[in-house]
Parts: sequence; structure tokens; C-alpha cells
Amino acid sequence: MSELYLLLSATLTGMSLIGLFRTDDLLRRVLALNVLASAVFLLLVSLAQTPYGLDPLPHAMVLTGIVVAVSTTAAVLALAVQAHDRRRGEDP
Amino acid sequence: MSALTLGFDLLLVVGLSWLAWQALFDPHRFSAVVHFMAFGLLMALVWVRLDAIDIALAEAAIGAGVTGALLLAALGRLPATAGHAPAWRVGQRPLVHLALVTTLMSTLALAWVAWQLPRPGLAGPIGEALPESGVTNAVTAVLLNLRAWDTLLEIAVMLAAVCLVWSLGPALTPYAPATALPGLPALTRLLHPLFLLVPAYLLWRGSHAPGGAFPAGAVLGAGGVLLVLAGAVPWMHDPRRQPLLRLLLTAGVLLFLGVALSGLLLTGTFLDIPVGMAGTVILAVEVAAALSIALMLMALYLYGEPGR
Repeated sequence: MSELYLLLSATLTGMSLIGLFRTDDLLRRVLALNVLASAVFLLLVSLAQTPYGLDPLPHAMVLTGIVVAVSTTAAVLALAVQAHDRRRGEDP
Repeated sequence: MSALTLGFDLLLVVGLSWLAWQALFDPHRFSAVVHFMAFGLLMALVWVRLDAIDIALAEAAIGAGVTGALLLAALGRLPATAGHAPAWRVGQRPLVHLALVTTLMSTLALAWVAWQLPRPGLAGPIGEALPESGVTNAVTAVLLNLRAWDTLLEIAVMLAAVCLVWSLGPALTPYAPATALPGLPALTRLLHPLFLLVPAYLLWRGSHAPGGAFPAGAVLGAGGVLLVLAGAVPWMHDPRRQPLLRLLLTAGVLLFLGVALSGLLLTGTFLDIPVGMAGTVILAVEVAAALSIALMLMALYLYGEPGR
């Protein structure tokens, strides 16, 4: 069953890489990075299902990863928004 | 039964692929963001299917909720650009095809490698160390005792992100939906007890079942963003309350550091919690970390420093 999700994670990785490089819009790049992060998390958690039971270590890593991902998203978006506001303030 | 679950899995996989495609390549930015939020909700279902309830709780609150709110707030402020890059020049075409083929090949290679990767896992060693960690939920034990160093650094990274965002300038005034939607403040007030009750419950059960600081902080932060949107937390912008706000923001990191240093004093190892008091210490760190995570999520949503 988890093999299905491994394939999904590979597909999402490829799709988000194409999306990341294909666009010149910052917001879309942030979206693509978020999808890429989800794909990596999916890979980690799918691999956590071992023959010896559920491995809690990848789960803990993904939990911290989700919080770091939202912090990065917020930092990048704040940079983009504030830069846009400055530029608009300089040449009206 | 297994045919039913296989069908459900297939449905999830197809749905997620389609939603990701829409989020990445939809020509309208707003619809791309909404598809991404739906993607986050479906991801939460996938985490449930993969027996990762802790991640499902955090993803539903952060992936779909807070990230979506951040993206929507930025969407209104960034100018609408063409979305996609201009058409390729003739000389670029072979390069583009080459890049596409490379991405496709690496996707296939990744799928192949992931398919047959050995899975030794650390389930055994962690299970052996569990009785000495002070909690019975393995994920909480890893997060706050066995690999507490990672969690400490993770909260520090989040604090650094807040510092970066606040250093950019004064907080942007959120668009006031209160004037257009008089129901929102009332609804927020009605819902807020739930946003306090659910994290408290998640925090408490984190020691023995899925839950703990991260899902609790995420749910509390999502409720907090709703409060910020409704303009119901004026004290965050009050210059006199800034020291208190900063203290609460850093509480998680400070308490964690204090625990780590007292571990160094008591046992001689950084971040080593003595077995007898591990349960109490973990609960205290969890409460501080959840509060800090929730406040930091709200602080990030301001897109700048309040009270300036």
C-alpha cells in the first residue's frame, strides 16, 4: 500500500520541479516549493513503515519539517511583499 | 475490505496529483492557491492512511490553514504578473526539452530507488529506550527527549524567521474584513473557546497518544490567525505590551535551553533529562513550545513588526 504513495511522492517531485523552473512568479515558486516539501515528507513517512513496525523517527522529522516549511514560506512571502511595497513607494 | 482501501488509496493518489497539477499550472493565481489548500487537506488524509496521526493533525492546521492564510494575504498584495514565463525563443527549445527529459528521468529514477530502498528503521531501538523517556508516545519521546536537539534547533529556526520578518518593517495592516463581514468577529468569538480547548486536550494526550506540542501549537496558531484577521488582538500592536509579547515568543526556546543546560549540570550531558523527572519536564517544555509556536505563527502572519 505504501508503495503507491512512494510513486505519488516521485510524481509530485517531478511535477513541482517543472513548476518551480517554469514560472517567473514568486508566489507560484513558493507554491511549488511547498508541494516539493510535501513530496519529500511523503517519501519519509512512507519509508517509516518497516517490517519491524512503525519507525517514529521520520514522523518526528516530518513534524519539525512542516513547521520549518511554514516559517520559510512566511519569510519568503514577507520579503516579496515588503520589497513590492518599497518599490511601489519609490516610483508611484 | 482490502479492495475498498486500495480504491480509497488510488482515489487519494489521483486526487492529490490533480490538485498539485492545478496548484502548479493553473493560469489564475487565486485558484492555484485554493487548489493548494485543498491539496493540504487531502495530504492530511494520506497521513492518516500512513498511520501518522500526529502529522495529520499538524498538516491540517498548518498545511491547509496557516500556509493558506499566508498565501492569500500575500496574494492580495503582490501584483498580478503574467504567471508563466514568456514563450521560448527558437534557440532555447532543445534546452527546454532536455531539461524536461532530465526531470522525467530523475522522477522515474527516484520512483525506482524509493521502491526498492531497504527499510531498516529505528523502531526497535526507540522502543527499547521508550520506558526511560518519561512518555509512552514514541513520536513525543523522539521529539522531546531522544532527539530533543533537533526540536530545539527547529524552534530556533522559527524564531529566526520571525526576527527576519519583523526586521523588514512595520506590520502591514490586515485588510479589514470586519467592516465587510460583521459576522466574522462574532463567529471568531464563538469559535475561540474551541480553539483553546482542542490544543489543551492535544497537549495533555501527547504524552501517551498522538498529539503533543506541534499539533497543539498549530491548532492554537490557526485560531490565533483567525483572531488577527478579525482584529481581535489589539494588544499585539500596543507598544507597551511589546516586552511581554517578545518574552512569550521566546518562552519555548528559553525553557528548552534552560532544560538543556540544567541537564548539563545534573547529569553532565547537554539535553540529558534525568529519568525520574522526565515526564514533568517534557510536559512543561511542551506547554511553552506550543504557546511559542502558536504566537510565532501569528507573528509571521503580521508580515512585519507590530507596534512600530
